[in-house]
Amino acid sequence: MKQLLDWLDSRTGIKRLTHEALYENIPGGARWRYIWGSALTFCLAVQFITGIFLWMAYSPSAQTAWESVYFIQHEMAGGWFLRGLHHFTAQLMTVLLVLHLMQVIIDGAYKAPREVNYWFGLALLGLTLAISLTGYLLPWDQKGYWASKVATNIAAITPVFGEQIQKLIIGGSDYGHHTLTRFFALHAGVLPGAIILLVVGHIALFRKHGITPKQPLRKPDAAFWPDQVLMDAVASLAVLATVVFLTVKFRGAELAAPADPSEPYSAARPEWYFLFLFQFLKYFPGGTEVWGAIVIPSLAMLVLAAMPLVGKWKLGHRFNVAFLFAVMLGAGLLTWQAKKQDGADKAFHLAVQQAHQDAERVVELAKAPTGIPATGAVNLLRNDPFTRGPRLFARHCSSCHQFDGHDGTGVARVLEHEVQAGDTVASIEAKYGAPAGDLVRLNGADAASPKPGQKLLVTDPGSAPDLKGFGSREWLAGMLDPKLVSSDRYYGWTKFKDGKMAKWVKEKLAKKLPAKQAELEKVIAAVSAESELLSQKAADVRDRAIIGQGRELLRDEFGCTDCHQFRKPDPDANTVDLTGWGSREWLIGVIADPAHERFYGKKNDRMPRFEKDGVLKREEIELIADWLRGEWYRPETASR
Amino acid sequence: MSSPDHSDSPSRRSFVKEAAAVVAGGIVALVPAAAGLFAWLDPLRRKQGAAGFVKVGTLDALPADSIPRKFAVLADHVDAWTKSPQVPVGAIYLRRLKDREVVALHSICPHAGCFVDYRDTAKDFFCPCHNSTFAQDGSINDPKSPSPRGMDTMEVELRGNEIWVRFQNFAAGHKEKRPVA
Repeated sequence: MKQLLDWLDSRTGIKRLTHEALYENIPGGARWRYIWGSALTFCLAVQFITGIFLWMAYSPSAQTAWESVYFIQHEMAGGWFLRGLHHFTAQLMTVLLVLHLMQVIIDGAYKAPREVNYWFGLALLGLTLAISLTGYLLPWDQKGYWASKVATNIAAITPVFGEQIQKLIIGGSDYGHHTLTRFFALHAGVLPGAIILLVVGHIALFRKHGITPKQPLRKPDAAFWPDQVLMDAVASLAVLATVVFLTVKFRGAELAAPADPSEPYSAARPEWYFLFLFQFLKYFPGGTEVWGAIVIPSLAMLVLAAMPLVGKWKLGHRFNVAFLFAVMLGAGLLTWQAKKQDGADKAFHLAVQQAHQDAERVVELAKAPTGIPATGAVNLLRNDPFTRGPRLFARHCSSCHQFDGHDGTGVARVLEHEVQAGDTVASIEAKYGAPAGDLVRLNGADAASPKPGQKLLVTDPGSAPDLKGFGSREWLAGMLDPKLVSSDRYYGWTKFKDGKMAKWVKEKLAKKLPAKQAELEKVIAAVSAESELLSQKAADVRDRAIIGQGRELLRDEFGCTDCHQFRKPDPDANTVDLTGWGSREWLIGVIADPAHERFYGKKNDRMPRFEKDGVLKREEIELIADWLRGEWYRPETASR
Repeated sequence: MSSPDHSDSPSRRSFVKEAAAVVAGGIVALVPAAAGLFAWLDPLRRKQGAAGFVKVGTLDALPADSIPRKFAVLADHVDAWTKSPQVPVGAIYLRRLKDREVVALHSICPHAGCFVDYRDTAKDFFCPCHNSTFAQDGSINDPKSPSPRGMDTMEVELRGNEIWVRFQNFAAGHKEKRPVA
C-alpha cells in the first residue's frame, strides 16, 4: 500500500497537495463562523451530483420536458427524492449565499487585499441566481412557464436591444422547444462551467490571502484538519438534514400541470427569494417598469460591487454595512408585503387550489391505462371533462345556469341590485332566493338599512335551471314538484315560469298528488332512465320493471305525450323530445342547437345555439356534456 | 485498547475528531450520490411484460411458396412515459410452407442486432453488418458465419384467415435464444 502511494506521489505530488489542503493554517484556530464557504461548496457538490443523475432522465422539449419530469417524480423509484434534493438544496444554497455575503460585508472581508475575491463571490451570487431562474422553467409546468415568461419579458424591456435579447434567450419569438434546449444548456452546461471556474478562482484566492480572522483570536493557530474539517462536515450534515427533511415533508419538489399557453395560471409566482423583486415591480406604473426591473436592481448590484472601494473611506465600511441592512430590510419588507397581499387575495387562493387540483388530476390521467400520448400530457387535461367541463360551463353557461348554486368552478356569481323604495334586507334577499344575512355579508354593515338608489351586491340566483344532477331522478323529481317548478332552481327566472309545463305541474299534476305519488315516481324513473347516467346505472338495472311501467304511465295516466314525443315518432309533439332525454347525445344536441325542433324550437328562451352560431366547437360541447353527466376517467382505487 | 488514564490524551481527542470528520464527511458525500444511483438503477427494476400474440397479417398477403416476406409488427408500445397504441415495434419475416403452415423469423440478426435482409437472387438471408448469412429457413448455412445461432423463430397461430405471432425480441450474441426481459 505504502509502495503504491509512494509511486503515485512521485508521479503526481499528491502528498504535498493533500498536505496543503488539510494543513492550511487558521489563525486563532477552528471556528463555527468559518463554515459558510464549505457549506456552500457542499451544496454545489450536491447540485452537481443530483443534477447529473436528473439529466440522465430529463428530456428538454415542449412535448417531453414535463413528461420526463413526471416520470422522474412519479414512476422512477426514488426519483422524487433525487429531484427533491436538487430542488431544496438550490433553495438552501441561496439562503447560505446571502448569509455568506452578509458575513463577508460585516466582517469587512471584502477589503484589501481581498477585493478581487469579493468580486468573484458577487459574480457567483449572480450565476447562482441565474441557474435557479433557468432551472425553474425546465419542468415545463404551468408554474415555471408563466413565472419564466415574466422574467424573459422583463429582459425585453431592456433599453435598445431588449427585443433581440429576449429572442436570443428564448430561442425565437415565443416559448417552445428551443426555449427549453437553450435554458437547459445554460442550466446544465454554461452556468455550471462558469461556476466551477469562479469557485476554483474564489478558493485559490482565498488560500492565497488566507481566512479573514475574527479578532480577537481566542486560541492559538491551528491546522484546517481535523477541527475545522469536522465543523465544516457537521455544517454540511446540518444542510443535508434540512434538505432531506424538506424533501420528505413535501414529498419532493412540486410539479404543476403541464405548461399550457391557453390556460391562465393566476397562481404564478417566482421562487420565494425572487418575491421581493416581483413585489417591487408592482409599484412601477406602466412605462416605468424598467426602473423597477432593471435600473434599480442593477444600481444596487453596482453599490455592492463598489464596496471594496467605498470601504477605503473613513466611514465607508459603516456605509456598506448600513446599505446591506437597508437592502435586506427592504427585500424582507417587500417579501412580507407580497405574502400578505397573496394571503388576503381570495382569487389567488382559488387559483392555487385550482393549480393543485390540476396537478393532481394530470398525474391521475398520466397513470391511467391510456397513459401519456406522444403529443404530450397537456392534451390529457385539455380533453378531460372533469377539468375542462366546469371551466367551459363557467364561461359559457353560468351567466344563466348554475351548477349547485355556483358557476361550475365553485365561485358564486354576484349581481348588482338597485334598491327600490320599500325594499328591506329581507325582501331583497327573498327576491334573489339568497340565504339570510347574505346582503350584509356581501356589502358590509351599510346594507342593513338600504336606501333607494343604492346599489347592492346580491348572490346571483341564476336565470335558468340549476344543472347539477341534470338527467337524474332527483333533478326530475324537483322539476315535477309543484312547489319547485317555478322556483329559482328551475324555471323561476325564465319565460317558462308561467308556461304550459309549469302550469301543468302546478295545476293538473298537483291535483293527482299525493294519490298518484307512486305512479309519478315510476314516470320519473322511466324518463330519467333515458339519460343512461353512469351514477344511476345500478338503479336503472334494478328498476327495469318499474321503468317499463313508467313508460306506459307517462302516456296514459299523465299524458306527457300530449305535448312531448317519447320513444316513437309523434308528428303532433310540439315541445322537447323526451326520447333519450338527458343522454349524452341529447345533451350535446341541445347545447349545439336548442332551437332545433327536437328541443325548444321557436319557443327557445335565450339559450344561444352554441354550435350553430359558432360559439363552441363540438369537442367543447362534448366536454361540457360529459362533465354535467359525471362521465370522466376515475382511477380504479379512488372514487371522486 | 488504551487504559482510562490515557482517555483524555490529545492524540485520543484528535483521533475522535478525525473519525467524526471522516464519518460526517462520508455521510454528506454518500447521500446525494446514493440517491442518484438508486434512481439511475431504475431500469433494472423494470421488466418487460410477457410477450403476447400480435396480429401481423392475413394469409391472403402471403402466397404458399415458402419465400420469406417482410411484415411490420404493430403493437401498443410503452416508451418510458409515452404510450402509443398500435405503432410499428419491429419487423419479422413470414414464410408460408403449406396451405396452413406458416413460420416466423425475427428480422434482427442474433449476432449483433443488425437488420437482416432477404436476398431474392441468392435465396438467403444476409446481414449487412458482419456478413452473417442464413438459409431460407433461418438456419446458419455457412460454418464461417459470425452469428452464434440461426435466426430466431417465434410461435405462429392461425386464427381463421389471420396470422398471429407471439412477437418478442431476443438477446444477441448468445448460442441459445434468450428473450429480452
